[in-house]
Amino acid sequence: MHATLCDIVTDLVQNSIEAGASQIRVEVSTHPKQIEICIVDNGKGMDAATQARVFDPFYSEAGKHDHRQVGLGLPLLKQTAEATGGRMELHSEQGKGTTVRFYVEAQHWDTPPLGNLVMTVLGLMSFRSAYNLTFTRKTQHDSYQVSRHELIEVLGNLEEAGTLNLAKGFLASQEEALVH
Amino acid sequence: MAKLTLDTLRKLREEQQKTMVMRDPSNKDTQIIVGMGTCGIAAGAKDVFNAILEVLEAKNITHVLVTQTGCMGLCHSEPTVEVIVPGMPVVIYGNVKRDIAKQIVQEHVIEKKLLDNHICDKPAMDIIRK
Repeated sequence: MHATLCDIVTDLVQNSIEAGASQIRVEVSTHPKQIEICIVDNGKGMDAATQARVFDPFYSEAGKHDHRQVGLGLPLLKQTAEATGGRMELHSEQGKGTTVRFYVEAQHWDTPPLGNLVMTVLGLMSFRSAYNLTFTRKTQHDSYQVSRHELIEVLGNLEEAGTLNLAKGFLASQEEALVH
Repeated sequence: MAKLTLDTLRKLREEQQKTMVMRDPSNKDTQIIVGMGTCGIAAGAKDVFNAILEVLEAKNITHVLVTQTGCMGLCHSEPTVEVIVPGMPVVIYGNVKRDIAKQIVQEHVIEKKLLDNHICDKPAMDIIRK
């Protein structure tokens, strides 16, 4: 199991980027009783046979390393969801994209902490690839949304230490201003 | 901290660019790459990424590129950090924690000295593309 829910999100968004997605939506909603996380991409998607295999930790579609076929993102997510009174949903269509949605009980003993959301979103926004990522954060009373394209338009890039630190400050201010 | 708008962020970036022009951009071609595969994440790579940004900000260094990559095949030594400084060998450091990340910036990037006790050599042979 990953140490935090944010680590699961990072894993899943990396899957989306590796699947060639140009548009990725990530939504994190925290409520007193439930945490809901959703990742939607327009990557290459999966056929039914592949979907049946993705929960095998020794199966990977990524093809990055010929001798190392390990795919832990979805198996770890399934394990976390099932161990914490939650559930996960996977919808995928070849050529169209994939949606992963999962819920965990916020107060369950085994639910991992949310983790460092600011650094996670900054990391998700700063992979070297041509994609847009829209991040939506919701609580019971408040929300904010930020996209990779608008941050790059404002800052010029998300690779230099200077722009990354400005983006980090921006994301931290959004998170701090949230009404829980 | 007050909630920042995109307009405020744009102004902060413009101010940063003005001061960048005045400073010596000697770190312009330096690159720090953090391994952010599942193994890296599990070992604390995000914390290392954050520590690197913190120390660069504290040292007022804005030009250095800080990027991420997937697994470099050194899962046993995560978190891993590759450092590319012109005129120095390309090095991958392993088992990098926050304090070592800060040392990498101070000693390797600023003072141009290798941290001999943390070098991991190159990516694992079976994942190098020939």
